[in-house]
Amino acid sequence: MWRWLHPYAKPEATYRLNKKLLPWFAIPGVVILTIGMIWGLAFAPPDYQQGESYRIIFVHVPSAFWAMGFYMGMAIAALSAVVWQIRTAEWAILAIAPVGAVLTLISLFTGAVWGKPMWGTWWEWDARLTAQLILFFLYLGVMALYAAFEDERTGAKAAGILALIGVINIPIIHYSVYWWNTLHQQSTITQAITRFEKPSMAPEMLWPLLVSILGFLLVSSALVILRLNNEILKREVRRPWAQTLLLKENR
Amino acid sequence: MNPRRKKRLAVIGSIVGAVAIATALVLYALSQNIDLFYTPSEIVEGKGSEQTLPEIGQRLRVGGLVVPGTVERLGDSLHVAFRLVGSGEAEVIVEYEGVLPDLFREGQGIVAQGVLVAPNRIVATEVLARHDEEYMPPALAKELKGIEHVPPSQSGYGQSDYKNNKGGN
Repeated sequence: MWRWLHPYAKPEATYRLNKKLLPWFAIPGVVILTIGMIWGLAFAPPDYQQGESYRIIFVHVPSAFWAMGFYMGMAIAALSAVVWQIRTAEWAILAIAPVGAVLTLISLFTGAVWGKPMWGTWWEWDARLTAQLILFFLYLGVMALYAAFEDERTGAKAAGILALIGVINIPIIHYSVYWWNTLHQQSTITQAITRFEKPSMAPEMLWPLLVSILGFLLVSSALVILRLNNEILKREVRRPWAQTLLLKENR
Repeated sequence: MNPRRKKRLAVIGSIVGAVAIATALVLYALSQNIDLFYTPSEIVEGKGSEQTLPEIGQRLRVGGLVVPGTVERLGDSLHVAFRLVGSGEAEVIVEYEGVLPDLFREGQGIVAQGVLVAPNRIVATEVLARHDEEYMPPALAKELKGIEHVPPSQSGYGQSDYKNNKGGN
């Protein structure tokens, strides 16, 4: 595995791989996300108790799911950056953090908008909601720390350590609804895929939700790939490989 | 792995490990305070290993299921009273004046915030609905669970003047 991974420590190799991967994420991503959204928002049946309002789940669950997923991705990049001191990994932290922060913000916002008509409140300091808010602040903290130092590599190291410590919050978010009693209900997805005899969601609702989750993953990944390539180019623009590449592309 | 990387991995590993243990201890120590609400049996029988009872006059939240057949309206007003039950047998009575959330119904989970006025009686200032993680179309819900959801504004809860929810039984 290391032999296979090693070439990508070189920014040039990562840049070329990203260029190749981007269309495979961007195009299916947009198509699948559109299908998922239209299917969920227009064609899935209404819920027996929440009526049409439950449809916000098709945005809320995917964004919350990948807010945590991309945090784990960022933490893996941070580990490579701190231990192996690979520059490309440092830039990957910077590429992922804003995307993850926006996903977290979407989940918090849709959660509030959903909570008002259904629960009767925009916000409640219950364990799940609070832990997700902390996730948002962790993303912001990583970005702020990265930019806070004169020397960029020092900033990357500090941000990487914060990102790794923040991993502790991820199981807390997931298990908060099981460890403590909360206003937020337990996980629909976990129950839907682990309990076949008594599914927590009717299949005609579950399928568009799974499609939306896949769509969110692909589109967000495409954004991360784009951002990472930008970061690479920004720092390597004076290198010969970047110069020849840019000349070739602008011809 | 060369020794310098090994050392960095060990250092970052111990930092994360130490913070994780610290967080776990803090959360464990605070676990009773992190709970958003008391369950009915925690109010009646006490909470935690020491069975501490909440005091009369204490502001608290209680969460449980609305006991079917206990929702009563006071005359033609917005005053309602109903009983809540948790996993145990203990029940508490909740009094509330205000608009109930649309998801409120008998058998539904709710969280009420208010003041404990008697050992098993709460005068609530806010009632929130707490739905479960199950989603299904109306027809399936009727078939599987026998539930047909009617928002509280359209259901005629009996105007029985708190006959059954009087006093602190």
